[in-house]
Amino acid sequence: MSELTIVVAFLAQVVRIGVPYFFAAAGGVLSERVGVIALSLEGYMLTGAFCTALGAYYSGSPWVGMLCGLAGGALSALLLAIATVRFRADNVVAGIAINLLAIGATRFFLRLAFDSTSNSPRVPGFGGDAPGGGALATLASPLVWMGVVALPILALVLYRTPFGLRARAVGEHPQAAATLGVPVQRIRYLGVLASGALAGLAGAYLATDQHQFTDGMTAGRGFIALAAVIFGRWDPKRVLLACVLFAAAETLQIRLQGLNLVPSQFVEMIPYVLTIVALVGVVGRSVPPASLGKVE
Amino acid sequence: VSAGERVATDVAVDPRARVSTPPVAPPPPHEERQRLRRLKLEEAVLPPLVALAIALVVGDLLILAFGQSPAAVYRMLLEGTWGNWYGFGQVLYKAGTLTCTGLAFAIAARAGLFNIGAESQLAAGGFAAGAIGMLLPAGMPGPVAVPLLVLAAMAGGGAVGAVPGALRARFGASEVIVTIMLNFIVLALLNYVVATHLAVPETLHTPEIAAGRVARLSDASALFRGSAANFTLLFILAACVALAWWLFRSRGGFELRAVGLQPEAAEYGGVRVGRVWTRSMALAGALAGLGGINYVLGYKFYYEEGFATGSGFLGIAVGLVGRNHPLGVPLAALLFATLSQGGLAVNALVPKEMVDVLQAVVILAIVMSVPEVRRLLRARVLGGARA
Repeated sequence: MSELTIVVAFLAQVVRIGVPYFFAAAGGVLSERVGVIALSLEGYMLTGAFCTALGAYYSGSPWVGMLCGLAGGALSALLLAIATVRFRADNVVAGIAINLLAIGATRFFLRLAFDSTSNSPRVPGFGGDAPGGGALATLASPLVWMGVVALPILALVLYRTPFGLRARAVGEHPQAAATLGVPVQRIRYLGVLASGALAGLAGAYLATDQHQFTDGMTAGRGFIALAAVIFGRWDPKRVLLACVLFAAAETLQIRLQGLNLVPSQFVEMIPYVLTIVALVGVVGRSVPPASLGKVE
Repeated sequence: VSAGERVATDVAVDPRARVSTPPVAPPPPHEERQRLRRLKLEEAVLPPLVALAIALVVGDLLILAFGQSPAAVYRMLLEGTWGNWYGFGQVLYKAGTLTCTGLAFAIAARAGLFNIGAESQLAAGGFAAGAIGMLLPAGMPGPVAVPLLVLAAMAGGGAVGAVPGALRARFGASEVIVTIMLNFIVLALLNYVVATHLAVPETLHTPEIAAGRVARLSDASALFRGSAANFTLLFILAACVALAWWLFRSRGGFELRAVGLQPEAAEYGGVRVGRVWTRSMALAGALAGLGGINYVLGYKFYYEEGFATGSGFLGIAVGLVGRNHPLGVPLAALLFATLSQGGLAVNALVPKEMVDVLQAVVILAIVMSVPEVRRLLRARVLGGARA
């Protein structure tokens, strides 16, 4: 293998690993920027992955599966929005509950739909069925393209559109926004729903990429995305960099597995340790949107 | 002229005056206090009841989705838990661990903090007890070894708990995020240490502890045969009682609650808020860690990776349903332990995962109904006072 091939293969793998982070972190930024804590990205993603498998299995089309995943993620986010925006439930507890609900419900319906405790049958994915998945196979999935542009587009929306301005205002100072006639509740509903849809797409990517749903397949990716949001200080560009950083660390670990340089457990910790470092503020403090998680 | 006489003359002059004068005297202070106490009780008790009712409805739907009869499933659930000694023993065992993680959430909540880290604090406690336990000399008498390992478990959990408290106090770092991140970090670290240094070959657990085993209930009564319930439960119950006393009758507990209700006011009153945060999180971690003895000292006698996975998160539900009261928590733990064990009992009819869904529904329903119930009750009481 030439050096170029190695570099390309490495980058392709970073993208493959990073796609779920891009989607979910974009959702996380949006949700937290409108003032609702995004602890349930993991749950949206898991629900999205399950709904994708369900849709793709019964329709035979990965596109239908993808839409189902999007809808599933949005639906679980709707539950959080109703709980926190309508009923003023505590963000943290409600978020954790959504995660637990997603774990339980996907298991329950896995038994109901496929009579299995571990995984769904094989479902169609987006081309690139070659085992091992080379660089080209990666690019065959539309979800990869969408994932790569998710955060840049979010940056445009947040900083260059009226909706983005309103969303940021709602997250920073809801009372002031309301005084100016911004429909605070509606913006929050929209932000949370969209965050669920985005995280649902992360799940859709996982399910179509692996051609099945397996129990607990998100494996903490939602929390890594949340870590990226905080490490990237709620700014889409920095969050994108954080996602790439975390994905690159994971890729390196997989590539160097044979060498046993660093135990895999320590590589797993990187995102979490960096997040705590960012919160503690050794190099520039990470400060959340002002109204984050506050229920008035 | 006294008030009574004036009323009498008014009545004689104009019957309508009786309606408008004189104003109703305010109720005596003790009645007012009773009314407030009832209001507080209703606010505490209603949300769990509402949540259970909602969970019951969701449960019915799930059972019907699987083509079973809800009545049959619920009967089976009760018979498999409270209907026989083995099932009851299993409920007690699970309730022991859940009480600890529930207290870990509750005590932090009383200090105004969210402890989402019981999962890793519990693991650290179990690990500390297991690791120290295997180093003890084999002949060490129980009365020495058991308290030592109990302290080890609490120290292990407490150390993990203190970190988010200290970071919050010193840097203002959100304890929610830090506890979540620490869950991953600590579990990965423990997995690494156990897998590479301590595990018995081909397994994920440490060697058995050399001393400090606690008897099972089945050793005292054959009725409990086969169940994991053991006498570490007594330590856990003692912790509940001690905590209730400390929280409501001691200076430290008063400071903790004051900080939880209104940190600025507490600060003004001379309480060092940062220290209270650190201390409460350490205490919360220690309580979660205490749960480790249930498994390590009373059941398997070793630490194993993932020995109580999920108990930490379920502790949040236990704390909420127990209204963050040290004596309400064990009751809520019994409820959730019944659900977990009941899930296994009904697995033949409906997937046991139904219970996971119901537990999540209970949490969601309770956080949604707490503010709602408060608003409705207060509106009613205030409206009543005005009329």
